Amino acid sequence: MNRFLTTTAMIALALAGAHVSARAADVKEVQMLHWWTSGGEAAALNVLKQDLSKEGFAWKDVPVAGGGGDAAMTALKAMVAAGTYPTASQMLGYTVLDYAQAGVMGDLTETAKKEGWDKSVPAALQKFSVYDGKWVAAPVNVHSVNWLWINKAVMDKIGGTQPKSFDELIALLDKAKAAGVIPLALGGQNWQEATMFDSIVLSTGGPEFYKKAFNDLDEESLKSDTMKKSFDNLATIIKYVDPNFSGRDWNLATAMVIKGDALVQVMGDWAKGEFVAAKKKPDTDFLCYRFPGTEGSVVYNSDMFGMFNVPDDRKAAQVALATATLSKSFQSAFNVVKGSVPARTDVPDTDFDACGKKGIADLKAANEGGTLFGSLAQGYGAPPAIANAYKDVVSKFVHGQIKTSDEAVKQLVQAIDDAR
Amino acid sequence: MSTVATTDPVLTPAQSTPISLRGRLQDALPKIVLAPSFVITLVFVYGFIVWTAYLSFTNSKTFPSYALTGARAYQRLWRWTFESDPPSSWYTSITNMAIFGFLYVGICLALGLFLAILLDQKIRGEGILRPIFLYPMALSFIVTGVAWKWFLDPGLGLEQTLHHFGWTSFHFDWIKNKDFVIYTVVIAGVWQASGFVMAMFLAGLRGIDGEIMKAAQIDGASAFQLYRRIVIPLLRPIFLSAFIVLAHMAIKSYDLVVALTSGGPGGSAWLPSNFMYEYTFKRNEMAVGSASAIIMLMTISAIIVPYLYSELKEKAR
Repeated sequence: MNRFLTTTAMIALALAGAHVSARAADVKEVQMLHWWTSGGEAAALNVLKQDLSKEGFAWKDVPVAGGGGDAAMTALKAMVAAGTYPTASQMLGYTVLDYAQAGVMGDLTETAKKEGWDKSVPAALQKFSVYDGKWVAAPVNVHSVNWLWINKAVMDKIGGTQPKSFDELIALLDKAKAAGVIPLALGGQNWQEATMFDSIVLSTGGPEFYKKAFNDLDEESLKSDTMKKSFDNLATIIKYVDPNFSGRDWNLATAMVIKGDALVQVMGDWAKGEFVAAKKKPDTDFLCYRFPGTEGSVVYNSDMFGMFNVPDDRKAAQVALATATLSKSFQSAFNVVKGSVPARTDVPDTDFDACGKKGIADLKAANEGGTLFGSLAQGYGAPPAIANAYKDVVSKFVHGQIKTSDEAVKQLVQAIDDAR
Repeated sequence: MSTVATTDPVLTPAQSTPISLRGRLQDALPKIVLAPSFVITLVFVYGFIVWTAYLSFTNSKTFPSYALTGARAYQRLWRWTFESDPPSSWYTSITNMAIFGFLYVGICLALGLFLAILLDQKIRGEGILRPIFLYPMALSFIVTGVAWKWFLDPGLGLEQTLHHFGWTSFHFDWIKNKDFVIYTVVIAGVWQASGFVMAMFLAGLRGIDGEIMKAAQIDGASAFQLYRRIVIPLLRPIFLSAFIVLAHMAIKSYDLVVALTSGGPGGSAWLPSNFMYEYTFKRNEMAVGSASAIIMLMTISAIIVPYLYSELKEKAR
């Protein structure tokens, strides 16, 4: 009888476990996993929620404890492993392809055809939203990374003008230093350092070189003297950072520029969201220039809504979400707030400010001219293992664990090779 | 139930059935109650250890894959330990673990014992002092980390405050310094746990038989000798408990490193737990993450098992 009772207890336990995972999802509900929680982002998402509620779909955030992209990705991994897919999830670059490869993504090709996504979404983005000929994700926006954000008041005070080359940028930083302002606002987290290095490499080596080194991971380019020169340039520019930069969040670095404590930040255009939130206007309060030497090219990343392979009865909600996401009205409304530019090139730029208009024009030109490159620092140049190995090397170089550019190049080749 | 009782050949008299059933139930009850937790432990601790060990020999990336591909993950960790120059993240992690583990456990034990001895001098207000020292333990590592992060930040905390008071030559930037950042983790960790160790030692001190102390005092032992020769040796079981609690807290202090330093400049504050999490979940290199977890497990076993064995064997003798 002992055994009988033990067995019963175990069966009961197993049944209880099975029951939990079989919880059905509401078919008139969009389950969405994302980490957009700051004021502007949440306001931007509200537009989408309203669009969907007009069509009768409720919105349900999948809660992620701890916030931030990493925690969300871990939660997503657990959900997918357990077979309870959300309708969609915010995803970046190679992550979409990883999941598509694992066979858990849905197929939106029909909707894509009907809505004409093939023509309106840049080919560089389609690389990440189309897998094996099928649309698996809806791109929400395009961020570009190679920007300088400058406080105009400080710029006027030191009598600076737009730098056209790397040397001019250094001269400008020198001026700021002489005037007693922190020349460069930087947060010493590895992704911020690597994001800046993306721009430096593009500026030092030009578009061809960036593509070969950071998108194709060509070993000759990674080892080349141009890459060494890029690291030397990084070492030069790092000298203009205040000593307290290590571990600072990117938005605190942006705040330094907004307040006029610092002259310039090299950061993706999500920094503009902070300026806008602080009620600052482009050209009167702040200036946005492309990183000197990278005019005409765009290093991008893009937020995507990855669409999971949900059961047929939940498909309608997913299609509605995807359609609303790529609608021109949402693309415009969302990106005006977020600081980024629309993921389709046929959205009118009427509602955007000067920087946004420039961003849209640049994206269009880069898309047509073939100079639109995935940012390695942001996970659009290579899979996460390689991108993180790259961030490691750049960060170690910035913080002095790697001392010379020769050593940095050697480490970079080795680290990327290890991560392949 | 009744069918089970009637078919049982041992049960003959009808009136004895309820007593026997109850007796059997009483016998079985502890096992029934323990069974779920036993199964859960078996599956979710030991089962997953085996699973992790298996994964470390595969080529798992984002998701587990089950085709064995040999010890490539271990080869990489081996190379990162012994051949990497400048130091790899893994090498940094394990050296940090050695520094942090040694200092954290050592200082906590020493400071805890010292505080306990002071508090044991029958001083006034002990009832207030004890919870004050013990309270940091009630905070999570995250809270400790964030509070100390602000306190140690040269632009916000201690340094800035002293500059405001006029001591402008004061300089303390360990938390931003790649060579010293691990010691700030020690500071915050010690601050949190030493009060708890103190409470353990205090309980131990109160448990020592007063007669032995009196006898030693009559024999003319000084206070120092009394503690060195009698009290501290008697506290040995407390040392064991405190050591085990501290050692496992040192090994799992992932959250403290993240909250306090966000990994430190260039990843210089990483502990092996940070490495494991980073590689498994953020870099999608599950095989390497699993291998590092297995190495951590083996290292801990190599330290804890002989220690436990020697301590427990002595007790049995």
